[in-house]
Parts: sequence; structure tokens; C-alpha cells
Amino acid sequence: MLWNTLLLALREIRRNVMRSFLTVLGIVIGVASVITMVTLGNGATQHVTTQIASMGSNLLIVTPGRRMGPGQQGMAAAFKSEDAQAIAREIGSVSAVAPASTGAATAIFGNENWSTSITGTTSEFVALRNMSLESGRNFTTSEAHAGAAVCILGQTVREKLFGSQDPIGQRIRLGSLSFQVIGLLEGKGQSMGQDQDDLVIVPLRTFQRRISGNQDVRLIQVSVRDGASTEKAQQDIRLLLRDRRRLAVGEEDNFQVMDTKEISTMLTGTTQVLTGLLGAVAAVSLVVGGIGIMNIMLVSVTERTREIGTRLAIGALEREVLLQFLVEAVALSSLGGLFGILLGLGASFGLKSVLRIPFVFDPGIAVIAFLFSAAVGVVFGYFPALKAARLDPIEALRHE
Amino acid sequence: MVASSQTSGTPLIELRDVTKVYGEGQAAMQALAGIDLRIEQGDFVAIMGHSGSGKSTCLNILGCLDSPTGGSYCFQGVEVGQLTRDQRARLRRYYLGFVFQGYNLLKRTSAIENVELPLIYRGVPARERHQIARRTLAAVGLEGWESHSPSELSGGQQQRVAIARAIVADPSVLMADEPTGNLDTARSEEIMDLLCRLNREGGITIVMVTHEADMAEYAKRIVHFRDGRIESDEQNGRTN
Repeated sequence: MLWNTLLLALREIRRNVMRSFLTVLGIVIGVASVITMVTLGNGATQHVTTQIASMGSNLLIVTPGRRMGPGQQGMAAAFKSEDAQAIAREIGSVSAVAPASTGAATAIFGNENWSTSITGTTSEFVALRNMSLESGRNFTTSEAHAGAAVCILGQTVREKLFGSQDPIGQRIRLGSLSFQVIGLLEGKGQSMGQDQDDLVIVPLRTFQRRISGNQDVRLIQVSVRDGASTEKAQQDIRLLLRDRRRLAVGEEDNFQVMDTKEISTMLTGTTQVLTGLLGAVAAVSLVVGGIGIMNIMLVSVTERTREIGTRLAIGALEREVLLQFLVEAVALSSLGGLFGILLGLGASFGLKSVLRIPFVFDPGIAVIAFLFSAAVGVVFGYFPALKAARLDPIEALRHE
Repeated sequence: MVASSQTSGTPLIELRDVTKVYGEGQAAMQALAGIDLRIEQGDFVAIMGHSGSGKSTCLNILGCLDSPTGGSYCFQGVEVGQLTRDQRARLRRYYLGFVFQGYNLLKRTSAIENVELPLIYRGVPARERHQIARRTLAAVGLEGWESHSPSELSGGQQQRVAIARAIVADPSVLMADEPTGNLDTARSEEIMDLLCRLNREGGITIVMVTHEADMAEYAKRIVHFRDGRIESDEQNGRTN
């Protein structure tokens, strides 16, 4: 009986292809958005995780501010260069330390200008960030110490200012100051819509004196010696900085020392919250789609009143008529869900190259989306089906 | 000659003092005011009367589509008035067939699928269902029209499909409500000949409501309704 009912429902849907399609369009769009959001979100999460993992497991990042939750930070005083020097000097398991501060400025060469980000740091930064020089050289210790006006360019900045010209030895202006280009970084490409080659690196002291005008250090990157315990180094740095920042016993840290695992948890936490929110918005359109189905099913019941009367006269039970219309609504919404899943997967597959994130198919979410769309059919199909089943056969047969 | 019939055990249909009132209080309208009627297996009864005489109400009650307000209706000894909605549906499914004035075939559904419908509700397997429906369509003279949809058939042909649908499940009684109401005389006569043949050869009991005397003449027995009562109930002289 159920099989027959299903065939009957499918035939009814096929009979009115255009109307059926428009009816389930809401469900299709809803499911497609949910699938796209979740698939892209998963891709972004995976992308972030791989990227951070590539930074190496022995990297620690020290930032000022209290940890509050995924993506949130409380305000706190910045570090000073001395903090970084103290870490390098006093903690034995540390192999390299690179303090860094970042700002924005316009780089100018000849008639070309380009807005970019400027990072003031030490010569260790390039290696710590897994970057390498394509040509030219890194800062020398004396340049760093003296705050010399020298800079290293990312590929994007070179391309915008110099085209195919060799930039090494040329002078460019950053803000009001003239800098000599001493090095060129190798290209790293895009990451999640962000150009990783759009930067200029200058010595930290130069940055503090000539660009930011203060002694703040926004970030300290620390590399732990191979074989040494990261947790131990993390703990040592924490105690050292607590001491240097004069925190009383019982007072909370106003800075964080994160290893790569924590950073990736923090970043993916943000993407996941965002994915969840977007998914929830998309789910609302599923409910709207359900109302569309209810509407058309009610129209269908009215249109087919005589048919229902005939079926009842022939001996259909109330629950058989109910089942017939319910199965029809569920078949409609499930088909919509199926189309939505395919559409969503197709859209995410198409967008993956635009956003440069991997395509991560999660079968779980596809199953959930399908079941949810079927459930929408049950919920919104029940009332029209009940209306059909409760019809008085005599009245229904007389219906014009 | 009221309620004449040869008494032999339990009759197929027995109405005793059946009343039907629509509405309540001031607005109450008495459609049937005490009907006594016995119909034996194999009979062909035409119910006649003007509109408002209660003949359609009576057919609805006989067809178990409606319950009487008072009195008793026994179908093969079973008191229909006490059955639930679903029990009455089952009774219709297994013992009754319906033919309507407006044919009531399912639109955009082939003739054979229309005929198969009662078998689906009876749970007959697809292959068998198909064979029976094909045979029944042939029996009403529509061999070769199986895959046509109602809109491709003439009125007479549609009514034949409806008759095939009504008899496909081998019911005890065929209830026909103005079966020739939408047809011209020639088509009407064809339909009546078909019903007579089914009654004569298949032994199927037929209860038919009509207001056309010509059509009633085909029946073995003619019952006249007036104002919710039976005015006359006579065996028809004509033999067929």
C-alpha cells in the first residue's frame, strides 16, 4: 500500500512538473544554502588548520590581551622590545624570537603607489614565518640596531610598484620616509581571500621610530628549540612575562602564549561560529519553503475534492487518504531536499577555486539536510492531508 | 403493493422506518420520513422521484456514505447505523460499487488505471489488478481504450469506464446515481442495456436513482419517492 501510495504521489508530482518545481523551490534554495555554508565553512576550517600546522609545531605566539572566547580579546598594554629580548635571553629552550608590529602605509615608487601593510620586526621573522627570500638579503644586526631605512618587499608590492623591473637597490617611499629595497620575498599566494604577498618588512626599530611613533610591540613570535618541550617553554614565558608586567598573585594574565594548536582552535572557532550563524539563517528559508508546500497542498486538496470524494466512496479509509497526501508532501519536500543538496555541493565546488579553500564534503550534513526537508514535508503536509481525509464523501462528490 | 418481495432468509438490504433529518432545531429539514424497503439479491431497482423527494438521500444511505438519523438499515444482516466511518468505508470497499452522474473519473489518469483503483484499495497485486481491469473494460465494450485518459473519451465511454470501475471488484450491489443524466438518448440506452446485461448475466444487484421514466423502465422494480416517503413500489411489467 505504501509503495502504491508513493508511486501515486510521484505521478501526481510529475503531472504538474512546473508547479511542483516552483513549490519546492524554497526547499531547494534553503537546503542548497545550508549545504554551501557548511561545506565552505568546513573547507575554511580545514584550510586554517593546515596552514597553521605548516607553521611547525614548535612555534609559540605571544600577544597582549586577555583570552575571552573564540576570536575575542580584551584590551591590554602592548609589549616592548625589551620583553622579546628578555624571552630570548632568559629562556633556554627558545631558539629564535621575533617581535613584530604592523601598520598600514602607502608605498610609492616613481609614479606608482600601492597601499600595503608594513611589519616592523627583526631578521628572525622571515625564517619563523616559513618565508624565504627570492633575491637580495635580510637585515643585518647593525641595520636592525640602528633603525636603518631598509625594507624587504612581498611579491605583490614588487609587482605593483616595479612591474617586471628588479627592485633590489631601488629606493621607495613609505609614508614620508625613503627606504632602500634590500630583499624580495618568495611568493606564498592567496589564503582565504587574503593576499599573503602584500606586505613590506622593515626593521622593528625603524618602524617604531618612523612609522608608528611608539615603542609598542603587538606580537612576539617564539620558536622553541627542537626536542625541547613546548609546554615547558610556554609556561616559562608566561611566568617571565607575568613578572615583567608586574602581575600580582591571583591576578589573571593580561597576555596569552599560544601554541599552533591553540591558534588553530581559536581561528577555527571563529569560522565555526560564523558557519553556524549562516547555516541558521539558511535554515529559516527551509521553514519558509515548508509554508510554500503547505499552501500548494491546500490548493491541491481543494482542486482534487471530487477525486477525494470518489476515493472515499470507493472505500478508501480516512488514514489512506491522509497518507496519500502526506506522502505527496513528503515526496515533494524530499525531492526538493535532494536537488538542494546537489545544487549546494555544486555551488561549493564552484566556489572553492574562487575562495581558494579545499572542498570538504560532509555526508553527515547532507543526510541531516535531507531528513530535515522530509520533516518539513511531514509537518507542513499534515494539515492539508488531514483536511483531505476529513472530507465528507457526499459533499466532496458534489463539489464543483 | 408496498415493500413487495419474495421473503427468503435475510434480505440483501433492509430499511426499516429509516428517517434522515438535516440540520437542527428550527432549520431542521426532514429528507426521509420513514422508509421501509427490502431489496433482494439480484434485483434491479429504480428509485424515482422529483428533486427533494429524498431519493438521493436514500441512495447515500443505501451506499453507506451517510448514516440514517432514525430507524435501522441492515446490509446482509449487519446494522449499518452502528458502524464507524472506517467500517462503512470497508463495507463500501468490499460490497458496493458506485456510478455517478458526473462519472467522477480521475483526470489525467488512463481508463485502466481508473478501473484499477478499487483493486488498489483491496490490496490486489499489480499484475493481477491489471488483468482484471483489462477484462472488465472489455466487458463494458472498451477493449483497446485502456490507455486513453477520460478527456479523450466520449461521455458514454466515460460512463462505461465508471461502470467498469464500479464492478471491477465484484461488488454485491451497484449504486447508480442518475447514470444517464449527462448523456443523450442513444448513449443513455446503451448504458441502460449494459446495466441490464450486468444484472441479468452477472447477477449483480443494481439500485439506480433516476428522474427519467424511460430509464426507470429498464429496471425490474420501480420505487417512487415523494416528500421523503415511498409513494409506490411496483414490479415492472417489462421483461429484460
